[in-house]
Amino acid sequence: MNFPILSTLIFLPLVSSIFIFLSKDQKNNNSAIYISLFSSLATFVLSLFVWYSMDHTSPNFQFLEEQSWINTFIKFKLGVDGISILFILLTTLIIPICIISCINSVKSRIKEFLIAILILETFMIGVFCSLDLVVFYLFFEAGLIPMFLIIGVWGGPRRVYSAFKFFLFTLLGSVLMLVAIISIYWITGTTDVTQIYEIKIPEEYQNLLWLAFFSSFAVKTPMWPVHTWLPDAHVEAPTAGSVILAAILLKMAGYGFLRFSLPMFPVASEYFTPLIFILSIIAIIYTSLVALMQEDMKKLIAYSSVAHMGYVTLGIFTFTKLGIEGSIFQMISHGLISAALFLCVGVVYDRMQSRMISTYGGLVSYLPKYSFLFIVFALAGLGLPGTSGFLGEFLVLTGAFQKNYLVAIFATFGVVLGAAYMLWLTKRVIFGQIKNDQIKNLKDVNKSELLMLFILALLVIFFGFYPAPLMETLNVSVDNLINNYEIAIKTN
Amino acid sequence: MINNLNILLPEIFLTLSIFSILMIGVFIKNSFNLIFNLSSLIILLTIAIILNSSNNEEKIFLESFTRDAFSNFFKILILVASLFVLNSSKNFILDNKLGKFEYPIIILLSILGMFFMVSSNDIILFYLGLELQSLSLYILAAIDRDNLKSSESGIKYFVLSALSSGLLLYGCSLLYGFTGSTNFDLIANELTKENTGAVFAMVFILVGLAFKVSAVPFHMWTPDVYEGAPTSITSYFAVVPKVAGLAVLIKFMFIPFSKILMEWQTIIIFISIASMILGAVAAIGQKNIKRLLAYSSIGHIGYALAGVATGVITGYESAIVYIAIYVVMNIGAFSCLYLFKKDGEYKENISDLSGISKKHPIIAISFLIILFSLAGIPPLGGFFAKFYVFTAVVEQKMFALAIIGLLTTVISAFYYLKIIKTIYFDDNVTSFDDTKNKFAQLSIFISCSILLTFFLYPSVLNNVVDKLFLY
Repeated sequence: MNFPILSTLIFLPLVSSIFIFLSKDQKNNNSAIYISLFSSLATFVLSLFVWYSMDHTSPNFQFLEEQSWINTFIKFKLGVDGISILFILLTTLIIPICIISCINSVKSRIKEFLIAILILETFMIGVFCSLDLVVFYLFFEAGLIPMFLIIGVWGGPRRVYSAFKFFLFTLLGSVLMLVAIISIYWITGTTDVTQIYEIKIPEEYQNLLWLAFFSSFAVKTPMWPVHTWLPDAHVEAPTAGSVILAAILLKMAGYGFLRFSLPMFPVASEYFTPLIFILSIIAIIYTSLVALMQEDMKKLIAYSSVAHMGYVTLGIFTFTKLGIEGSIFQMISHGLISAALFLCVGVVYDRMQSRMISTYGGLVSYLPKYSFLFIVFALAGLGLPGTSGFLGEFLVLTGAFQKNYLVAIFATFGVVLGAAYMLWLTKRVIFGQIKNDQIKNLKDVNKSELLMLFILALLVIFFGFYPAPLMETLNVSVDNLINNYEIAIKTN
Repeated sequence: MINNLNILLPEIFLTLSIFSILMIGVFIKNSFNLIFNLSSLIILLTIAIILNSSNNEEKIFLESFTRDAFSNFFKILILVASLFVLNSSKNFILDNKLGKFEYPIIILLSILGMFFMVSSNDIILFYLGLELQSLSLYILAAIDRDNLKSSESGIKYFVLSALSSGLLLYGCSLLYGFTGSTNFDLIANELTKENTGAVFAMVFILVGLAFKVSAVPFHMWTPDVYEGAPTSITSYFAVVPKVAGLAVLIKFMFIPFSKILMEWQTIIIFISIASMILGAVAAIGQKNIKRLLAYSSIGHIGYALAGVATGVITGYESAIVYIAIYVVMNIGAFSCLYLFKKDGEYKENISDLSGISKKHPIIAISFLIILFSLAGIPPLGGFFAKFYVFTAVVEQKMFALAIIGLLTTVISAFYYLKIIKTIYFDDNVTSFDDTKNKFAQLSIFISCSILLTFFLYPSVLNNVVDKLFLY
């Protein structure tokens, strides 16, 4: 097939954002909303088509596109495999939901907001499609610009501080990765990922290069102790911004570990496994404890994200099939659940202008539909069997037991703590005494809110019972990843 | 010999045109508009002449003057940059009553000086070109003579620049004394590491050149002159002399000093690191956009010098690509300044921009693109400029330089973000006068389009620059 389907996928949102830019200002901005909704749905359908039509039994990259770009060795190369297609699907699914959520929550300059979201979508799909380190870096960094504006322009009272912190933390982490990418170019003579897999980077360089990549991915994941930007960014970002941040941007780092750190630097990855394990354990236990103490709902969910991403890094570095599949599944499921939880907070925030847990209480009597959905997502967040949250954590922990049971035992504490903060949050917000008379006047979720939360709830429960569609896509690619890794370790 | 005069055709044409429009200016009253338009025409014609001339290397006047791809490229860059700077600032000049007919003529004279600088193959011709350029720039800095700040900046620039010219001339004479020649090629043959006196001369020449491109520690004049001079002159200062200065620096490193690479490399590395750090740190506290752009230009010269410091052709090429993209970004940035006009006054402070994104979304988004590009964030043009430089730097295994350079980009991102914060995040709403400055809008548009679409075909500049070092 010669049609450049991945480029279309990447640039469709960008092109439609130009149309929105050119569209006439109307009072209710209907045209902008319709264009963005239509184009993001078209992107979603296109990505479903890619998923459907790709060969699920081949570990190779598919839909390859190659264009000469900077020079003959740095090419604009795109392609997907079983791992990246899932992240693309997650991205294209979350964006239409975000756009629906804007209708209720964004009060000013909605046109610019939609443009920023669509441009961000282009960059995020680009990250998951790119098979060249420079192209990857380009998209990875470019995402900072729209996100910075989303937090800064539409955010809460401390938005300036949060936006700067987000931008500078991420940029600082990434510049070292740029040095590493250029070094790889001079060591191997190419930045084409598939070629680097075959050339194999000499061992003496691997540790330093791995650390340089790690500095970027650790900030983005975010891992303890460089996670501090995340709660700030989440709290101040508008609902849609928090959703994208939690559901997709954080996954770029996990994807980066799988796509770059593991296959390119297998020896270094093995060497630094204890470091990752320790940081992951700290992330899981410490941030869960911090989450317990939060009084701000968004901050609580943000800390829970750090803890959940701790499982992801833990799973990836077990180098077992269960662990890696579990961490990918955990990323997808966390993408759905955290998105839904932030949307839930957004729903009440739009009505009450408060994110404080103490403002609420007893919502169940007046917002029954909302309360039902909130409880579904809270239970999924703590990993109740039957929801997608359970499977991810379960697989990761099983993988961890195979590798190192001490680590697994510590990580299991996180599950208990996760249950604690989620259930306590539910108790204080949904049940309990009504502390605030305004709650009696609140309206339950409207149609658009119900639609987006319902879709997410359906997916969370569906994948909780029947994860096979995702697992089948993953299977061959993960096998291939582990095989290559084991060969590389043995040859040393 | 006369047959070869066509090598000098651009210079001859420029000189004669300058004299003729000077006559027009003297004899016709209130001829600013006429002369301004004629100057633009002259620049266009000179571009056409250079484009028509061959790129083969030819030397004339006892091999003191070279015409080759290198000099032609820089001449075109200088002319195009001047054309945009001059035309987008026309409204500003008229509004501030700077419309004296000498203004465009002096600019043309400085261009002529730069032509000789980039073409020179002899230290005497080089020095003459440099002085013609510098003298024109002194006058330009002080052209708003009733304004205290402008006069001050003119004097400041004159005193310091004269000092640096003196050092440079001293270096040139030492060079002549120790190598016995003024010709670049002959000097290159004579100059070796053992020739300590000539190495000494190299240091003096480097000091003079570093001053002209405002690299640390010879940058002191830059913020004051940028702030004091009228914006139209500042934009010229920020763009055109930097191009010529860097071209000459590369030429010195490439031809006469090619054999003492180790000696000058250390100095350039130091200058480069110092410029990058100072450019990043000192700009943070600035409240005046022009002053901020001055520090930012010091930082950018640091990045370009990092490319030069590699001492290899790929490094020089990356520095040239860098300066070309820098020109595009700065023309855009200064053209934005011409649109920040409120109640007939041009605004220069960052705080004057608060909340302009609400009333002027197009200006705001253009300035945003330019600022992110200056900060070097992908996928904008500024990122590729830095990428090429650091690719060349890492190739030479100068990891410390690359890491320091990239870390300073993070620091410098902070102050660009501060301006963006003022434009986009602040709540109060500022509105500017309706602008009639079509050319400034055009140059902003062109600059933003180049920066935005550069990632589609990022090798376009490299393909041109690759041909400059064939000999």
